[in-house]
Order: sequence, then C-alpha cells, then structure tokens
Amino acid sequence: METNLTPLLPAAEVTLTALTVLLLDLFLREEEKGFLAWISVTGLALAAGMAFFLWGSQEGAFRNTLLLDDFALFFTEIFLGTALLTILSSIHYLRETNIRSGEYYALILFSTTGMILMAAANDLILFFLGLETMSVGVYILTGMWRERVEASEAAMKYFLIGAFATGFLLYGIALIFGATGSTNLTRISFFLSLSFHQWPLLVIAGVYLVFIGLAFKIGAFPFHFWVPDVYEGAPTPITGFMSVAVKAAAFAGWARIFVHQFSVVEHEWGVPLHALAILTMTVGNLLAIAQSSVKRMLAYSSIAHAGYLLIGVVAGKEPGGSALLFYLLAYAPMTLGAFAVLLALKDGEKDNESYDDFAGVGLKRPFLGMAMSIFMLSLAGFPPLSGFTGKFYLFRSAIVSGYTDLAIIGALNSLLSVIYYLRVIVKMYMEQGGVEAQPFAKAPCLYVAIVIAVLGTVGLGLLPARALSLSGVSYLSLR
Amino acid sequence: MDQPIQTDYLRWIVLLPLLGAATNGLLGAQLQKRFGKGLISTIAIAPVLGSFLLSVRALFDLVALQPEQRFLIDRLYTWITTGSLNVDVAFWIDPLSAVMILVVTGIGGLIHIYSIGYMHDDNSYWRFFTFLNLFTFAMLLLVTGDNLLLVFVGWEGVGLCSYALIGFWYQDHVNTTAGNKAFIVNRVGDFGFILGIFLIFWTLDHQGHGTVSFREIQKFASLLKNQEIWGGGVATLATLFLFVGATGKSAQIPLYVWLPDAMQGPTPVSALIHAATMVTAGVYMIARLHFLYSMAPLTLEVVAVIGVATALFAATIALTQNDIKRVLAYSTISQLGYMFLGAGVAAYGAAIFHLMTHAFFKACLFLGSGSVIHAMGGEQDMGKMGGLRSAMPYTFWTFAISVLAIAGTPLTGGFFSKDEILWQAFSSAHGSPLLWSLGVVGAGLTAFYMFRQLFLVFFGNSRADHHTQEHLHESPKVMTVPLVILAIGSIAAGWIGLPEVFGGSQFAEWLEPVFGKPHEMAASEGPELLLMICSVAVAAVGFFIAYLMYYRGALAPERFSSLAGGALYRLFYNKYYVDEIYQAIFVRGTLLLARTGAWIDQHIIDFIVDGSAKTTAYISWFNGLFDNYVIDGIVNALANITFWAGGKFRKVQTGNINSYLYVILGAVVLAIIVRLRYSS
Repeated sequence: METNLTPLLPAAEVTLTALTVLLLDLFLREEEKGFLAWISVTGLALAAGMAFFLWGSQEGAFRNTLLLDDFALFFTEIFLGTALLTILSSIHYLRETNIRSGEYYALILFSTTGMILMAAANDLILFFLGLETMSVGVYILTGMWRERVEASEAAMKYFLIGAFATGFLLYGIALIFGATGSTNLTRISFFLSLSFHQWPLLVIAGVYLVFIGLAFKIGAFPFHFWVPDVYEGAPTPITGFMSVAVKAAAFAGWARIFVHQFSVVEHEWGVPLHALAILTMTVGNLLAIAQSSVKRMLAYSSIAHAGYLLIGVVAGKEPGGSALLFYLLAYAPMTLGAFAVLLALKDGEKDNESYDDFAGVGLKRPFLGMAMSIFMLSLAGFPPLSGFTGKFYLFRSAIVSGYTDLAIIGALNSLLSVIYYLRVIVKMYMEQGGVEAQPFAKAPCLYVAIVIAVLGTVGLGLLPARALSLSGVSYLSLR
Repeated sequence: MDQPIQTDYLRWIVLLPLLGAATNGLLGAQLQKRFGKGLISTIAIAPVLGSFLLSVRALFDLVALQPEQRFLIDRLYTWITTGSLNVDVAFWIDPLSAVMILVVTGIGGLIHIYSIGYMHDDNSYWRFFTFLNLFTFAMLLLVTGDNLLLVFVGWEGVGLCSYALIGFWYQDHVNTTAGNKAFIVNRVGDFGFILGIFLIFWTLDHQGHGTVSFREIQKFASLLKNQEIWGGGVATLATLFLFVGATGKSAQIPLYVWLPDAMQGPTPVSALIHAATMVTAGVYMIARLHFLYSMAPLTLEVVAVIGVATALFAATIALTQNDIKRVLAYSTISQLGYMFLGAGVAAYGAAIFHLMTHAFFKACLFLGSGSVIHAMGGEQDMGKMGGLRSAMPYTFWTFAISVLAIAGTPLTGGFFSKDEILWQAFSSAHGSPLLWSLGVVGAGLTAFYMFRQLFLVFFGNSRADHHTQEHLHESPKVMTVPLVILAIGSIAAGWIGLPEVFGGSQFAEWLEPVFGKPHEMAASEGPELLLMICSVAVAAVGFFIAYLMYYRGALAPERFSSLAGGALYRLFYNKYYVDEIYQAIFVRGTLLLARTGAWIDQHIIDFIVDGSAKTTAYISWFNGLFDNYVIDGIVNALANITFWAGGKFRKVQTGNINSYLYVILGAVVLAIIVRLRYSS
C-alpha cells in the first residue's frame, strides 16, 4: 500500500535538524559550538516555511492516525516560532552557564517534534507518543544545569508528576479502547454519537482519565502544585519554552480531542471544566500577587492564563475553538518576551529574578524597560496589545456560547492581575538600585528575540484581523 | 440616518500628538542633550497646535452642513472581524465630539505651553512632554472613537498616562503609591465599563445586530427595550455598568479616592488630566450614550443621586483642607458631581456645557496654583502663604476671576453653566426640588471654600518665612499668558450658553442634533429667574462668611470647627476616613487572601508529607508495641526505614510528591466512583 508521507514532513525536518546538531556536536570544538544554534534556527525556519507552503492541505497518513490539516499546521507554526525564539534567547544563557549546548538544542528540537505530532495526531496512541517525546525532552532540559540543586529537584519533580499524569492518560486511553475498540479519534467520536446517551461506563471513566491527564499538563487547579517549583527550578529559557510551547501542545490536545471529537459527551466534562477554569485563573492570579520573584510570578501567571484558555475550551465549537487558538498565538510572544527580558538581567552565574533586581531597569536600559512594560501590560489585558484582543475574543466566545459568568470572572481576574504586573513596571521606572542588564553588544540574539516578541505583541493587538481569520480557518479544518 | 461624510484629515487630529510622543519618546533623551529643551517642547507643542487647527477646521466643516447632517467620519481600517462583529478603527466628529476635541486640543495646548515654564528646571523634560503628548493622543482617541471598543482603548490609555504622570517624580515614594492607587482604582471602574460593552454587544448580537459602533447602537437601541437579564432591564444594567466605569474615571463616589492623591503629579498634569480633560471622560461617555441612559430611568436616578451626593460630600471635605492643590482636587470632584447631576436629570447638554466652562476655570485655577507653588519654592500649605497679591499680579487677577467663575458669580462662565444644571435639576422630568436644593447648598459651600482659598493665599499678611518672601516673583510670560487666556475663557465661555430668560443658548442649539430638542419647559420664565436669584444668594452667603472669617478676621474659624465638639470638623478634615476604610477592607483583604493562598500552596505538600510520615510513625510505633515480642527485629527495621526514607525524602523535597500524588490519585478515583454512582 502506498503510504502518503507528506503529513510527516515538518516533524521529519525538525528531527533531521536535531540529528544533525547531535552529530555535529561531536566534531565541533568548544568555541565553535555557537554554530549549532544557527543550524537549529535554520532547521526551524525551514520547517516553518514548509508548514507555510503546506497550508490548506487536508491529508492523512498511516490510516489517518496522522492528519495534515490547517489546525495541525497552525500549531506547528506556534511550536516552531516558540522554539526559534527560545533558541535565540538561550545563546547568551548557555554561554554564562555551562550547559552543554549540543544536547540542549537537540532536545529542544526533539520535544518540538513531539509537539508537532501531538497537534497532528488523530489517534490517541500517536498523541500519547508525541506527548512522551515532548515530555522526555523537557524533563531533561529542566535539569540540564546540573550544578544547580534546584534544577535537579525540579527535573525530578517534573518527571515524577509527568509520569503520573501520563499514567492517567494512558489508562484513560486503555479504557476508551476497551469500550469502543479503537484509539482513532474519528472512530471514537463516531461511536460516541451512535450510542447517544447510552455510553458504557468505561468510556466515561476513560474520558475523565484523559481529562485529568491533560489537566496536569496545562497545570490547571488542583493539578498545578508542580508548576511554580518546576518553572522556578528550570533554566529560564526552558521555563519560557514550557509555559508557551508545552502548554500550547497540551491545548492542541484539548482542542482536538475535547472541543472537537468529544463534543458529544460535552455535558460530562463541560461542568467540571467550567469549575476548573474559574478556580485555575482565580488561584493563579491570587497567588501571583504574593510572589517576590518575577520568575515565580510568571509561573503563577501562566497558571492563570491556563485558566483563561480553558474558557475557550468550555465555550467550545467555532467561537471557543478559534478564540482559544488565537489566544495561544497572542500569548506566545508576550510570555516569551517577558522571559527574554528576565534573561537579559542574568549576570554570570547569577540569575537576577526578583522584583528588586528589576529596580531602575527602565531608566538604565530604556529599550528593555519599554519592552517589559509592553509585555506586562499585554499580559494584564491592556488595549491595544495582543493580550487585550486575545482576552476580548475569549470572553466574547464565552458570552456568545452563553457562559456569561466565565466572561465576568475572567474580566475580574484580569483586573486582579494588574496588581502584580504593574509592580514590575513600578520597579523598573520608579525605583532604583537593581542590577545592570546586559547591553545589546553582549547579547545581540536576545535583543533580536525581544524585538520579535514586541512586534508580535503590538502587531497582534493592532492588526489582529488576519491572525483571527487564520485561527478560525484552522479550527474549522478539524474533521 | 444619512451616510456620514468621509474625510481623511480627522485621523491627523488624533495621530499628530502620537507622532510627537513617539519622536520625543524614542529620541528625546539624545535631542535634549544635544539641542536643549527648546527643541523638545517644540516637538511636543507643534502637533497639539496642529491638532487644534484641524479641530477648528472640523468645526467649520460641521457648521457648513445642515444641522441634522453634522457628522464627519474617517475610517482607517478594520480592526476586529469575527462572525457577527466588525470593529473599525474609525474617528468621527459630531457636534458633541467637536466640543470635546476643541477643549482637549485648545486648553491642552495652553497647558503644554505653560509647562515650558513650569518644568523648565526638570531634567526629565523630554519624558514629561512624551507622556503629555501620549495623553493628548489617548484622550482624543477617547472622544473621537466611533465605537465603544476604540473608546475603551483611549479610556485605558488616558489612565495609563495619568498613572505615569502622577508618579512622574518617582524619587518620592508617596508619588508612586499615588500613581498605583489611581491605576488600580481606575481598573475597578474599567471592569464595569467592559462589562457594559459586553452586555450591549451580547444583547444586540442575540437579535442579529451585534455591534459596538455608536451610530449602530443608536439605530438598534430600541431592540434593548424590554430585554431582561438577571432580573433587570438590559438597558438599565448596561448603563449602570458603564456608570461604574464613569465613577472610576471621573472620580465619583465610591471610586473618587484616587483623585486627591493624584495631586502628587506636576501641576500642569493636575490641570490637564485631573481637572480639564480626563476626569470628564465619564460625563462625555454618558452624553455619548444618552439614548441608552434615557431608556433607563433607574440609572438616571442613580447618576443624579451619586452626582449630587459627590458634589456635596467633596465640598464639605474641601472646606477644611489646607493644601492649595487638595482644595482644588476636592473642588474638581464636587464640580464633576454637578456634571453628573446634569446628566442624571437627562440634561446632557447642560452637563457638557458645564464640562466646558469648568475646563477653563479649573485649568486656570490649577495653573494659577502652580504659579503660586512655583513662586513659593514648592510650598503647598496655604497656612504658610498670604499676601501674594502684590507680588504676583497676573496670577492673582486670573485666579480671582476663576474663583468668581467657579463660585457662580453672575455673568461668569460658571454661573451660566451651573445655573443651567440647577434649573434642569429642578424642572426636568427627572429632576426634583430636593436635587435642586442640595445642589444649591453645594454651590454655597463652593463659594465659601474658594473664597477662603483666595483670601488665604493672596490677601492678608504673608505667613511665609523670610527666605521665601525674598524670592517671591511673578512667573514668566510663558506661564502667565496661558493664565490670562484661560481667565478670559472662564468669563467668555459662558456667554455662548445663555439661559432661556436671557435669550436662549446657542450651545444647546449646537448640540441639538446630538441630544435632540430639549424638552419643552412647562414652567414659564418666572421660576427660572427666581431659582437663579436663590442660588446666587446662597453663594453670596458663602462668600460673605469666607470674607468675614479670612479677610476681615471678624469671625473666628474655630467657632465653626468646634461645632459638635469638633467631631464634624475632624470628619471633614480626615475625609470621612474613607481611605482608611478602603485600605482595611480591600487592600489588606486581597493581600491577606493572596498570602494565605501562597502559604497553603507552598506548605500543603509539606503538610501532607509530615502528616503521612507521622501517621506512619504512629502506626509503626503501635505495631512495634503490639508485636514487640513477636517480630520486633523486623518491625524496628521497618520503622527505621520509614523514618530514614521520610527524612531523606523531605530533605530532597521530592518525597512530598509521593504523598501529593497519592492524595490526587485517591481524590480522582473517589470522584469517578461518585460520578458513576450518580449517573446510574
């Protein structure tokens, strides 16, 4: 039988790049390792271009376990972009620490491959494989700075929790398979719609277990306890990578599996998810207020954002799905940008990540101050930045689908979040005595990453129309 | 409604100041170093003047049209498209926004010029003008945006600039705290605002006309009638939500607390943002959506009551304050209360009229106080001033004229506009004699505290120290000329809105295409004149008491302050302790919640681990006791291992994950069992 391999193209390209990096790493001398970053960037850019040209295709491979639709391509672009920005902002970080760059870049690329597979998977087993590919890479990346105790602790924690969560997921998949006789999502959803309201208990239990596995991955309340510790312990560029790409990959699962394929059983998972969304954003925002480290604050803020994103999942259908996709896109540049600015404060072995370290940055480095202000305001949902348009669509989708309470609580939460985002700006402009940030000359790539993030944040705020129509098209391409 | 006339210069009214802000923001530091401050102020002021000239052109273009066709629109691009919702970035000008842009660019321009002198010695000159320009941009966006969402962008933008300018002298911690307070209190209001937008959009969307554009909302406003949600009419709820936004931005009860603290900013900022323009945004918003408010009598009642209550409440506080700018701040809150009173009795035209005259005399008062502070070397306590009349003639005369205007002296701007509001509060279908009489009492208080200020600052003997007295000087021309223009405006602006008795208001006629014909007054001219005389008489009493107390010294202020054992005075002086109450309930409350949550978050795992370790220990101890003689060796070993493992794991902190996972697993299994039980 002829096998159509086109759907594999982007993932294969990234894997190939990873292998090249690993191989070259053996032959390059220590001072030439910087070259690896450029190979990775080129590979990612190539894959992104490939995804761009494949846009609009509607193909399947391996008996439709792997789909190449606009939905998968949309997420692929998010993953590739995030990986690219992560690598750009890592170059300086790797020089200051002694993390081995060959493995580091290769692992980022491998986990990106996993994410691409997750977004394209139309089969629970393939989804699981993608998830594991991604996770294993990220576990190692978390603990890569071996001299730091916190990093090892975080990696261990992340690994244990991750394995545990996967346990739920896999058991859920097994139950669903037992009841429906398939792991293919299309067939499962067909089965579900046939036996309308007469579902065997096994299926429902399976759906719940998958639900919990995915809730762990996005750090939703009450499965969020690992997030702050792991995010704080991981190397900062990886924290950014996790809070954007890993989260987006998990949300790709939420969108394809729950919003789309399991929509028939929505009244089963809709209500608990509704509660989870409210709790997640409220808890995330409340706890973020009490933090004294900006990195930890960003960790809680990413929990809160998972809560906002869940609004889109709850709202469901086209309005919810496309709002979710758009928010993930809008969320990427502002979060990565914030982490990049955090990286610019790093000085030698020392991570300067507390609020006090930010004091006076806005005056000493006007560009960094302005960029960070934009990211903070955007995260707080300030118009006309991407965080505002994103939230606007999300809340609108909630209202259109009849979940007014979610919109109100969401708006209240974004009000609450101002308290801690504003604190960063206050520190940067209105106090003095913080650390010296790196100048452009010492970390040019980091600055490039920040510029890209600023452009993304402002651009998606001022001209969101095209991106929104793309996210609508992507969601509607789901079969 | 006819198709509006498409133009392509309106965008420049809004964008020119942004251009100035961008230039100074990006290059200001270098330019200032290389070419001096003159260039910075030129870059900042030229765009505002340009906007002003374009605004005048827009005014003439409007005048040339038939009254009912008076609106211009400039569409840039489509901002948001999704399903049923299309939002354009478009600016429109109708008679109402024409008034607003003229106020913003005209008075704003004068304040820009004044700042050249006031900020002259400040090193962050460029930063100041950047934010001032950025503010002007946001404010113009607010008043010309053709839809609610665009207005919201401006609404948030002015808040941000206000925050940055209040904390402009960030070296002093008090200033940054004041900025934060303003920002966060405003966000509370903004929450109401965005909910209002959502509610309007949602209801219209359900009827197939989802829109946020003003003209379309007006077109479909009738669809909101008889729609109910959460036990109330949609129009009522939406307008109430929007009004919450207005109380934040326009400093009304209960969200007024930020404005007095905002006086920490440089004085031109207080004049521009916290007196003439930004704080009137709420009034503008209500006037803009008047068709919705008129559909919701309950909301109107709330607006009127809050307005008059704020007017009185703030006036009583102003009676006792000693800081020259704080008196003006409370007076602003009080005057804004009058505007809301006007809007609340559906006299939108009167509210906008007072907004305009107030912009003149309050800007003049603030700039005058700035001139005084400048001369006094930064002193703001009126107890240390006095006798400045001879040293600062320009400042004195302009200040005095504005005091006359705000006190409602006949034939000044404030007289005509305040009286229009009071008359409407009495005679309109939504008004009542009670609202009127409360308003008149407030007018009396206003006259008292304003003349008290005038006498304390400019008359009598100087109470300043010797050093300050020697350095007293009139401010430079660049500061006094704007004062003079504003003072002339304080008088002249009133004459375009004469009361019915004296021939009718051109201003009301101008706004007629927006608000419709003012309802025919049942009452004849007789009562209007009578009420007018009443309010003037009350104001005169206020003036006379202030005169006796602070000019002649014939009446000791203590005779009033010791009334009721001084309790009343203390209450006013301490601003009814509202700040303290808010601090205790909201600020402490939120922080407590956050800290408790964070503590639980960090310790819950440890707690569970400790708990399970202890339980294990107890069990093993119990076991050990029980089986001591049977298999004590094994038990001891077991217990030891448990202890050892527990200790080890706690150190690495990975151990606690175990217990956490067990708890989660247990909870999940339980939840599934419960769920399955209930379904079957």
